Amino acid sequence: MAYSDKVIDHYSNPRNVGTLDKSKKSVGTGLVGAPECGDVMRLQIEVDEATNTITDAKFKTFGCGSAIASSSLATEWLKGKTVDEALAIDNMEIVEELALPPVKIHCSVLAEDAIKSAINDYRVKNGMPELEMAKSHH
Amino acid sequence: MLKLPIYLDNNATTPLDPRVLEAMMPYLTEVFGNAASRNHPFGWAAEEAVDYAREQIAGLISCDPKEIIFTSGATESDNLAIKGIFEMYAQKGNHIITTTTEHKAVLDTCKHIEKIGGKVTYLPVNSEGLISLADLEAAMTPETILVTIMYGNNETGTIQPIREIAAIAHKHGALFMTDGTQAVGKIPVDVQADGIDLMAFTAHKMYGPKGVGAMYVRRKNPRVKVTAQMDGGGHERGMRSGTLNVPGIVGLGKACELAKQEMAADAERLGAMRDRLEKALLTLEESYVNGSIERRLPHVANISFKYVEGEGLMMGVKDLAVSSGSACTSASLEPSYVLKALGLSDDLAHSSLRFGLSRFTTDEQIDYAINHVKEAVTKLREMSPLWEMFQDGIDLDKIEWAEH
Repeated sequence: MAYSDKVIDHYSNPRNVGTLDKSKKSVGTGLVGAPECGDVMRLQIEVDEATNTITDAKFKTFGCGSAIASSSLATEWLKGKTVDEALAIDNMEIVEELALPPVKIHCSVLAEDAIKSAINDYRVKNGMPELEMAKSHH
Repeated sequence: MLKLPIYLDNNATTPLDPRVLEAMMPYLTEVFGNAASRNHPFGWAAEEAVDYAREQIAGLISCDPKEIIFTSGATESDNLAIKGIFEMYAQKGNHIITTTTEHKAVLDTCKHIEKIGGKVTYLPVNSEGLISLADLEAAMTPETILVTIMYGNNETGTIQPIREIAAIAHKHGALFMTDGTQAVGKIPVDVQADGIDLMAFTAHKMYGPKGVGAMYVRRKNPRVKVTAQMDGGGHERGMRSGTLNVPGIVGLGKACELAKQEMAADAERLGAMRDRLEKALLTLEESYVNGSIERRLPHVANISFKYVEGEGLMMGVKDLAVSSGSACTSASLEPSYVLKALGLSDDLAHSSLRFGLSRFTTDEQIDYAINHVKEAVTKLREMSPLWEMFQDGIDLDKIEWAEH
């Protein structure tokens, strides 16, 4: 399968690979996927409580090129967004940006799940109610 | 200057040997006759070329030239042998024994047999990919008409104990067939000594052209017949109708002749190169050989690099043409059924690369491949959350993964 230039770019030069200190209250961690499915994404956000803005985002991904690119792109998009704006990111935006073929749409779904899961972790840590996790994509 | 990408997917197909092409050329141009035309020199020339190819092939696998039936390839040969035996020996029984690690051409044909009323036993394999002879013995019934077990596996290179399997099949009055696609031309295959009654093989895995293969069918002790699966002119002793692919057959013949001459030297050289590649890659932590190390085709290596995913890894080794046990092309993400049958966990099966070397592989290419794979694995592990968890001493099996 031929990958789009954008997928190749993110795969070759992934943005924001790394780890944030998950013990910090300001950090939310999302770990989604499963090794036996061939995809595991860990996405972390650091939130400035005063402005409700994401100041940093990091990822690590076990998966194919499209999965790596989806999570790399997600971290780029998250930085500078408010938590509410981040929650509004839809997997189809990732599909369009990276020109993912139909068989790779699940990679974008996983990235969206990772974002929501990280936000949820941050909310729970800071005494906010859990998100209703929409599973409509599955 | 090294030309990139480097082709190391020779279990999928091999390049055509220039000497094979040279042998074929006249039959693509001036010698164009139909081998079944009995009334003029054009037909005679074609028939003569086909007969000569039969002898070349027979010389490689130690059979009589009359025992070779030409087909379009190993898939057709597998279909013809299994379905043809099932029909021809219906009076005797309806049970076939095979393994879980066969090629799809055998497995899907067996599924078809089940749909039309046959019974099929799929023998499991051990962690090296080998069947248990005791399992085979226990599976034999008076209704068993055919045991079909591949010679060397396409994914791992594991070589089954063919002679012992044939002996058990024969003891119980069943025929023994083998899919010899990966083995013929690579290691000595002797249908007499091995006790093979039917065998499928193909030209394009041994430096011949695509689109031509053969089925070996024993004519003596016992005389084996298969029911044709295609109706027509009654070519190939009535077992496979259709005008013979003369240039392809000439190519298959030449490929077999070359294999006979060069197999031993090739196997020694490729085995040494494969071992060097494997040893170097196993210096990476958490990397494992899949299949049997002792009983293996000399040109194949299948290695899992834990904590990196195969398709991502293939993208990282873009200068190599290899294949992966990870089929991450659908939402189901099914990893290789062959590796799973060896007992590999899904994540380890997803993390595998298969290297297939050829007569044309060079030491320089292997050196490049070693460095390229090492770099890619290291880079991807730095990006892998699983690798980080492993380094931190977290047991991945104890994590409750979200179902995706």
